[in-house]
Amino acid sequence: MQKINREVLINKANELLSNGTINRVFGWEKGDFSYDVTPTIYFTADQMNKKFIFDDFCGANFSKYLVAETKKDQNKVGVFLKPCDTYSFNQLLTEHRFDKEKVYAIGVPCDGMVDEKKIKAFFGEGISSITSEGDEIIVDTLYDGVKKVKKADVLQERCQNCKSKKHVYYDELIGEDGEVLDSNRFDEVEKLEKMTADERFAFWQNELSKCIRCNACRDVCPACTCEKCVFNNPNSGVENKSPANEFEEKMFHIIRAFHVAGRCTDCGECSRVCPQGIPLHLLNRKFIKDINSFYGNYQAGEQEGSRAPLTNYTKEDLEPSEAVNKGDN
Amino acid sequence: MQRIGVFVCWCGSNIAGTVDVKAVAEALKNEPGVVHSANYQYMCSQAGQELIKDAIKEHKLTGIVVCSCSPRMHEGTFRKTAEAAGLNPYMVEIANIREQCSWIHKDIAEGTEKAIVLGRTAIAKVNLNAPLMAGESPVTKRALVIGGGIAGIQTALDIADAGFEVDIVETKPTIGGKMAQLDKTFPTLDCAACILTPKMVDVAQHEKIKIYSYSEVVDVRGFVGNFEVTIKKRARFVKEDICTGCGLCTEKCPQKKVPNEFNLGMDNRRAIYIPFAQAVPKVATIDPNYCTMLKTGKCGVCAKVCTANAIDYTQKDEFIDQKYGAIVAATGFNPISMEKFDEFAYSQSKDVITSLEFERLMNAAGPTAGKLVRPSDGKHPQKIVFVQCVGSRCAACAEKGKEYCSKICCMYTAKHAMLTRDKYPDTDVTVFYIDVRTPGKNFDEFYRRAAEEYGVHYIKGMVGKISPEGDKLMVRASDLLANKQINMEADLVVLAAAIEPDKSARPLATMLTASMDTNDFFTEAHPKLRPVESPTAGVFLSGCCQGPKDIPETVSQAGAAAAKVIGLLAKDKLKGNPCVAHSDEMMCNGCSSCEKVCPYGAITYEDKEFRGPNRTTLIRRIAKVNEAICQGCGCCTVACPSGAMDLKGFASKQIMAEVDAICK
Repeated sequence: MQKINREVLINKANELLSNGTINRVFGWEKGDFSYDVTPTIYFTADQMNKKFIFDDFCGANFSKYLVAETKKDQNKVGVFLKPCDTYSFNQLLTEHRFDKEKVYAIGVPCDGMVDEKKIKAFFGEGISSITSEGDEIIVDTLYDGVKKVKKADVLQERCQNCKSKKHVYYDELIGEDGEVLDSNRFDEVEKLEKMTADERFAFWQNELSKCIRCNACRDVCPACTCEKCVFNNPNSGVENKSPANEFEEKMFHIIRAFHVAGRCTDCGECSRVCPQGIPLHLLNRKFIKDINSFYGNYQAGEQEGSRAPLTNYTKEDLEPSEAVNKGDN
Repeated sequence: MQRIGVFVCWCGSNIAGTVDVKAVAEALKNEPGVVHSANYQYMCSQAGQELIKDAIKEHKLTGIVVCSCSPRMHEGTFRKTAEAAGLNPYMVEIANIREQCSWIHKDIAEGTEKAIVLGRTAIAKVNLNAPLMAGESPVTKRALVIGGGIAGIQTALDIADAGFEVDIVETKPTIGGKMAQLDKTFPTLDCAACILTPKMVDVAQHEKIKIYSYSEVVDVRGFVGNFEVTIKKRARFVKEDICTGCGLCTEKCPQKKVPNEFNLGMDNRRAIYIPFAQAVPKVATIDPNYCTMLKTGKCGVCAKVCTANAIDYTQKDEFIDQKYGAIVAATGFNPISMEKFDEFAYSQSKDVITSLEFERLMNAAGPTAGKLVRPSDGKHPQKIVFVQCVGSRCAACAEKGKEYCSKICCMYTAKHAMLTRDKYPDTDVTVFYIDVRTPGKNFDEFYRRAAEEYGVHYIKGMVGKISPEGDKLMVRASDLLANKQINMEADLVVLAAAIEPDKSARPLATMLTASMDTNDFFTEAHPKLRPVESPTAGVFLSGCCQGPKDIPETVSQAGAAAAKVIGLLAKDKLKGNPCVAHSDEMMCNGCSSCEKVCPYGAITYEDKEFRGPNRTTLIRRIAKVNEAICQGCGCCTVACPSGAMDLKGFASKQIMAEVDAICK
């Protein structure tokens, strides 16, 4: 099998750019540090040769960027999508947030992305470079020299509990497609469920007290694509930028979790970008788990146009009187 | 800033008994926006309304809060009062301090405190109210009656007599319903056909009535005054307008072994048939499940004998779209299946029959030409046992039968017993009952005549088991009054099966968005004050689809439903409800969440041009609410992720203000 590396993707993008299929492509760009990868848009292969990167730190999910980008001109935009990104992509299509005719989706494989927070926690200060070799991550530090760690040990939480290696949407696939996996992603939710109410409150009190209301979780979330977010709307009554009291930062995250309930694909971007390391994905995952247990398994984004259990009315729905008396049936 | 007037009603002692109304009026004076606060014995009285009107003018009020009974009682009254004084009617809020406060509190201090909170809540809301204007929609002056039994027939006749067009949709090949199958009718014992068939003929001859027989409603769209209905006219393979109903084909058809549903399968009919002599329309129908020609392509006898050339084997189902202003559900009832009651040996012995089968046995046009004989051997039964409440009042075994009383069984059983004794005085008749319920004009007299004059044995007690023994039936029962077990032989057993709504009622209710109870009876808008209206505007109820009824009651209800329909169709325009959903197009994402939860199909989407940055044009998909279809249920407002969807008159902001006022 051909090794899918940076060159393969650049060549593919170059081919699509030069034959006119697309006129620009979303890709990852090398940042100041090797783990500091940012999303950007490339117009030429030259630009890509200089800055494009495809390695263990390319976690960013481009799906949400398409909402604004596809409205900019009539040409098609190319986008590299990892398997979990395609779920967000599909969910956005379901919500009519962009026109798929204006996108050329290139599915790329993913064997998990590394969490730089874990590496930092592991090696402490003075990291000068991080490279990967097979299943090992090699870290050069200023104080302790070169160290090695197993990649599996420093994967992002969402990758350790990867739900799917299968692309649910693509125009073209590079490499081979994977399978939907049996993930243990609800284990942590179950741990929280086993806590007493007081313990759980204390857990979230502690986690959410770290929030600085930078809004990064909202801004990166592919389910948060409202034309005007309620947190930016003075009429909503919840628009404050900074928490006015200790309860408000909790409400922000809880309101947000409610707003994306049933639409969240569990892509895990919220936790990835949180500068304070709050496990925000757990709120969403609790919703997903509950929806699964109440209404049967449902994976948002798995199928374009699917009707989420929480926002679906059919004529076969129970009458309220039945739901009260015979809801158990 | 609003200028709000608060009016606290005593409702005599209904409210003032447990709420200190003066203290409430005093406390609410200090709420934001309130400039006037008063209390009065009866706000809904003429004097009370004048008090409100005067205050609106004197204090230049922009909104009022009436602390009184449920808005279901007098919201309309006070809206009209406000309108008469020049205020927009939607600037009126009712704080329910009667049903939700004074009636449930015994302690004056508690009642008063709660009344103040409820008043404060309504004030918080009215502070955010905006004047609303109701839209108008035209009324299609044509009614649809679904079901052609006595209920549907009477409703259709009454509406048509008032000068409006009516269509009847009936699933069977003929109208007439269950009443056409009956022999005699209680309490006067006139023959059912003799009183029903003239009405059927009236329907057929009425220039305003059109009958869609052998048809069903498959889709309903639209709203009160403007329903669009698709009717499926099933292929009967006979040209309805050509067939003369001579019946020659039904005599010549070689397929003779088709169970005759009109006689409940007790005899056979042909594959081409006319259900009964007085059928309307009197047109033959080919049963595609049995017709040899349709199944194998070989036969064609009916086409050969038909002098009118009415047979058309190629006929297809036809779909008809029609507009209506009002719809009446008159889908009727059926006796329940006896499957789950095998202790009565219904499946084991031909001589255990249901009451409806008994009607056919007694009927001169029935399978035995009116001779009462045992279905098994054709002998005259010497001992007949009637079992009442089979499946009715089954509170303990709801899985098996029905919890409700079927209402008609006591009377028809008395009728059956009486008729049997009258025609065959040598027959011994016993009725087992739990209670005999005979309320109704001349009903109890009728039952007593059966028991006292005709010598019918009434035994209070239930039958536990019936078992066929030889050519007899062994009935095991208890006599509760004598407190002993009874073992009795019988030649014929008649089961008074409970009645249930027709199976077509539930899918119909779904199409009409009309509500149903757990037994699949249509729910009325108010059990006492609006008994023939469904809560869905423009949908009315007639006959047993709303609850078990006898013929006199059905006919009265049919007339009442017709009166309601006439009242609706007589209007040229209908005022809509302005409390409908509205989408803020600047905030709408076009995500389709609202459309997916809308039970009325009131939401559509359009691509609209907006100004983008740098003089560009952006095209965005946005939701549009059809205000005429929207019922203001509010499902969309909670499904909308961006908060673009809101309900006029019940905006999220208003609701939150109410919650805040309660929690203050």
